[in-house]
Amino acid sequence: MEQLKKTPLYDTHVAMGAKMAPFGGWLMPIQYDGILTEHAHTRSEVSVFDICHMGEFLLEADPIASGLDRIVTQNIISMPIGSGRYRFILNETGGIMDDLIVYRIKDKSWMIVVNAATIAADEKHFLKNMAGEYSFENVSDSLGKLDIQGPKSEEVLVKIFGDGVMDLKYYTFKEFPLWGERLIVSRTGYTGELGYEVYISGGQVVKLWKLLLENARVKPAGLGSRDTLRLEMGYPLYGQDLDTAHTPLEASFDKFVDLSKDFIGKGAILEENKNGLKERLISFKAETRRSPRHGFGIFAGDRRIGTVTSGSFSPSLSVGIGMGYVSEKIEVGARLLVKEGVTEIPVTVVKKPFYNKTSL
Amino acid sequence: MEISKDCLYTKEHEWARVEGKIAHVGITDYAQSSLGDITFVGLPKVGDAIKQTEFSATVESVKAASDVYAPLSGKVTGVNKELAAHPELVNKSPYDKGYFFVMEISDLAEKSKLMDEAAYKTYVEGLSK
Repeated sequence: MEQLKKTPLYDTHVAMGAKMAPFGGWLMPIQYDGILTEHAHTRSEVSVFDICHMGEFLLEADPIASGLDRIVTQNIISMPIGSGRYRFILNETGGIMDDLIVYRIKDKSWMIVVNAATIAADEKHFLKNMAGEYSFENVSDSLGKLDIQGPKSEEVLVKIFGDGVMDLKYYTFKEFPLWGERLIVSRTGYTGELGYEVYISGGQVVKLWKLLLENARVKPAGLGSRDTLRLEMGYPLYGQDLDTAHTPLEASFDKFVDLSKDFIGKGAILEENKNGLKERLISFKAETRRSPRHGFGIFAGDRRIGTVTSGSFSPSLSVGIGMGYVSEKIEVGARLLVKEGVTEIPVTVVKKPFYNKTSL
Repeated sequence: MEISKDCLYTKEHEWARVEGKIAHVGITDYAQSSLGDITFVGLPKVGDAIKQTEFSATVESVKAASDVYAPLSGKVTGVNKELAAHPELVNKSPYDKGYFFVMEISDLAEKSKLMDEAAYKTYVEGLSK
């Protein structure tokens, strides 16, 4: 078995009593005080998450001449400097290789943030498909990332970085000086709450973590609550809800595919548009506290029509919620059954997000 | 890790508090702590016949679902109705308010297959090594 990697905060997590478990090749904190407590704290106050496992690439490239724009499913040429955009990268058959965020730092200067388990494959894909004059640096091992999420996150960061934090709009970022380096602070996140993602050199991550926790409002949270928070918003998790076996259209993310531009995988998407979708990602809510789980079958009557990709108890709604691919067109409001062995959970198909009373 | 003095234990971390032919049944502090926040408990029905080491209930946490096995054979005579709305009682009070059900034991000799407090303590300590 491959040796699990550890973030700079590993010893801190263990010393603080976090439960550690493998995730995407990393040994990560799953919970501190408990998933429900951390979930509620993020929805009402502020939580800090160690997200150092995620990958970052720094690029100097003309978006057109280098081929960079062609790698993602929507243009990046029109992005203002200081903004970030959620994008997909596809393989030639239209399968989703990753979902990522592209940040435009300067006219020809970019940071791309990718999922932990896909760092190596993504790097290969970028290098293979870029040409001409450009530079590409995989800084995943040296750059750390902390997510500060929750309705009170702005006031917490203002105390550290100053009033400039208040200028940040959703999906924009600014650089702030701290301890001799310039940190990227981006108003983005994976919880549905007002929140920020801070990029800081690996050597200073522990120091920033401790500084954040000096504020009594801030509590540490693990990947367990990160998962329930993102699922309540209907945000997909790569490797579960998104993978190379599915296209962005199947994942119901048509809005992140721009057919007026060229991109890798476009031929397959056009073909799919013509022939119809094989599967569709749907969202559903249980009528009880029982949770659909990854891998459970989705049934319309006796007919199995799909498989659950993500499922959990929703702490905000106190019922089970989930997403999964089905092979038929299913309308919102339809009643289906999620089944595994003797477990049968009646669910209703709903629109995303599951929960919308957030501070975002 | 709390281990109640007056219970008998299984290797799957169920407990039984036996008084005469009646037993209260639940899961241990070790079990609730490993599972994390309990979000749902699926209980048997009153009158159900259950068999030692076989499926008797379901417990779901945020992260996973697990089966709960009967520590003894017999008939279910009552269930903890509070758990439907408050499954977190299993986390807060695993040996008392978070019990799962009450049963009438059909074969008291089966008690010999369960561990007492001291044996269970040794067993749990062995697991964390």
